[in-house]
Amino acid sequence: MPAIDLETEDGRNEALRRMYTIRRFDETAAEHFADGEIPGFVHLYVGEEAVGVGACAALEDDDYITSTHRGHGHCIAKGLDPTVMMAELFGKREGYCNGKGGSMHIADVDAGMLGANGIVGAGPPLGTGAALTIDQKGEDRVALSFGGDGSVAQGQFFEAANLASTWDLPVVFLIENNQYGEGTPVGEQHNVDNLSDTAAAYDIPGITVDGMDVVAVNEAVAEARERARDGEGPTFIEAETYRYHGHFEGDEELYRDSAEVEYWRGRDPIDAFAERLMDRGELSEEGFEEMKDEVEATIEEAIEHAHSSTDPEPEEAYDDMFDGEVPDITAFAERLRADGGEQGGEL
Amino acid sequence: MASAGLEREETQTMTVREAIREALREEMARDEDVFLLGEDIATMGGVLDVTGDLYEEFGRDRVRDTPISEAGFIGAATGAAATGSRPVAELMFSDFMGVAMEQIMNQMAKMRYMFGGKTEMPVTVRTTEGGGMGAASQHSGTVHTWIAHFPGLMAVAPGTPAAAKGLLKSAIRSNDPVFFFENKMIYEQSGEVPTDAEFTIPLGEANVEREGTDVTVVATQRLVGESLSVAEELDGETSVEVIDLRSLYPLDTDTIVESLGKTGRMVVADESPLSYGVHAEVMARAVENAFYSLDAPIQRVGVPDTHMPFSPSLEGEVLPDGEDVRGAIDRIV
Ligand SMILES: Cc1ncc(C[n+]2csc(CCOP(=O)(O)OP(=O)(O)O)c2C)c(N)n1
Ligand SMILES: [Mg+2]
Repeated sequence: MPAIDLETEDGRNEALRRMYTIRRFDETAAEHFADGEIPGFVHLYVGEEAVGVGACAALEDDDYITSTHRGHGHCIAKGLDPTVMMAELFGKREGYCNGKGGSMHIADVDAGMLGANGIVGAGPPLGTGAALTIDQKGEDRVALSFGGDGSVAQGQFFEAANLASTWDLPVVFLIENNQYGEGTPVGEQHNVDNLSDTAAAYDIPGITVDGMDVVAVNEAVAEARERARDGEGPTFIEAETYRYHGHFEGDEELYRDSAEVEYWRGRDPIDAFAERLMDRGELSEEGFEEMKDEVEATIEEAIEHAHSSTDPEPEEAYDDMFDGEVPDITAFAERLRADGGEQGGEL
Repeated sequence: MASAGLEREETQTMTVREAIREALREEMARDEDVFLLGEDIATMGGVLDVTGDLYEEFGRDRVRDTPISEAGFIGAATGAAATGSRPVAELMFSDFMGVAMEQIMNQMAKMRYMFGGKTEMPVTVRTTEGGGMGAASQHSGTVHTWIAHFPGLMAVAPGTPAAAKGLLKSAIRSNDPVFFFENKMIYEQSGEVPTDAEFTIPLGEANVEREGTDVTVVATQRLVGESLSVAEELDGETSVEVIDLRSLYPLDTDTIVESLGKTGRMVVADESPLSYGVHAEVMARAVENAFYSLDAPIQRVGVPDTHMPFSPSLEGEVLPDGEDVRGAIDRIV
């Protein structure tokens, strides 16, 4: 059963709610980043919500995903809890990674979410690896790797796609073409008209869909998932989309003009889908407002929870390097913590 | 010695970032074979704003934005260097070194040797290192040990604006592959930098930044400034000599040995993970060459073999700073 069934009215409403949750989660994260409460870097998914939600809706709950540096949307689409996510962004112990990962490394392996990723192009080999486990164990599930347009220029991507194709592994490559890799337009990074044209190199299907249309993405991923499950190997899906915010928060965005941003905002995936549901009589103005209020409450709760969460104790920095304790690290830690101690021997 | 030159020459106050950009500008103006390539170094001026407006001055053929293909463009820099160009590649974060490692370790480092000396390899790779920004494990690493360890590669890691400028110019002029490691927390640090376009600092020379007689602190990058502050704090109590190691390979054994002859005590401060780090090599050279000068066990300050965690409370724990240098001094003085 797909995680969210877009064939049903309830499913369609849930998809809209997820998209709106991503939107508000990220807009709120931006505010708290600007306030200095969220350390490090944040890369927002605002504008791209239809891709993550359309894709994850077509997956089943025990399917795997690998994500990117722009991962919050993938997490929420996969069903992760915004409250636990926000705590992670704030660097709190109550977060998904106990504060060790942050925005760029958020993960929930139990939910099949194998991590946001700070390394462009690193997800597809991992997704291919998850598909390898599925294949080895004869499981009935699939893996889906998200990637940006920029990631298709990585050797890691080529190699993973070739391997997955050669072994007919149950993995889907979903490329979010948001028109830029940082400040460089997609046309200056690739020479093909459509990124999906490169699928020919692996002899796998390559299609380009409207990434502002949650249904279009959903249908493409549902079909690719079927192929994967049937042992026919990977599919390359390119979703044409756009990010409304800068590459990261704080980006001056000198590489694009506001007219372009306005054009894409005019094709907003949330507005468009809400309108569609209203036209079909599946959503009322009031119903949408109510949904928005509920989402707002969820996000507010996430912020409150993040504020009341705890900072990890400094000595937790030494945990999780290995399965067990390693004496080398313990010794270094003890020396570091015993300032003025007698490490190095008696004099 | 460059420090002697410093006194003679005209200087200007500059940040590390400006010093690096100035070195690039001067070398590009001096030699038209020099060009830059890397991700978002033209239109965006580099994510940490180092290349800045250079593309406006030199055009897009000499300041090239690349696709996100580190193996490809660092490999291409290697091939270009072997055929008469003098490329300077920017690797946005040193954590991405692994993506390009094959070209670095098997091609760039080995071609001259394997070909019986029949090729030059005048390539420079600039990259950023270090924690302190909350950038988490994949954007905060200090990996210069890998490069310094690998035969056939040179590695420099400046701690001051003057060192940044002088070393980068020497790196670009060198016919060997030189990795130039920029700690991202010191870009805004300023200091006096010689303005002479012929000012360079030879690869393989450390610099005594402050003289002292009780203990030598051999430091790199951000920890040079931190150690100088500690030396200042301890003034009148403990006389601390601070050396900016500057060159990781070749390594200036003489300056270290000479300093130990005066102080007999040493702390090595570098942001690498402690095990098998730069510290280990400096200590080995000291023990090999100045064993009888040593009055106390050598201490090292670095990252205690963890990755850089995200949360500030955790990052602060494992990131070495002046306090750790101070603690190490206290243990042996
Ligand atoms: C191997 C590697 N190289 C470079 C980077 C720096 N970087 C982070 S995101 C990014 C742009 C990625 O573009 P794209 O794949 O299109 O994803 P988008 O940000 O547009 O979602 C770059 C160059 C990185 N994280 N990893
Ligand atoms: Mg992109």
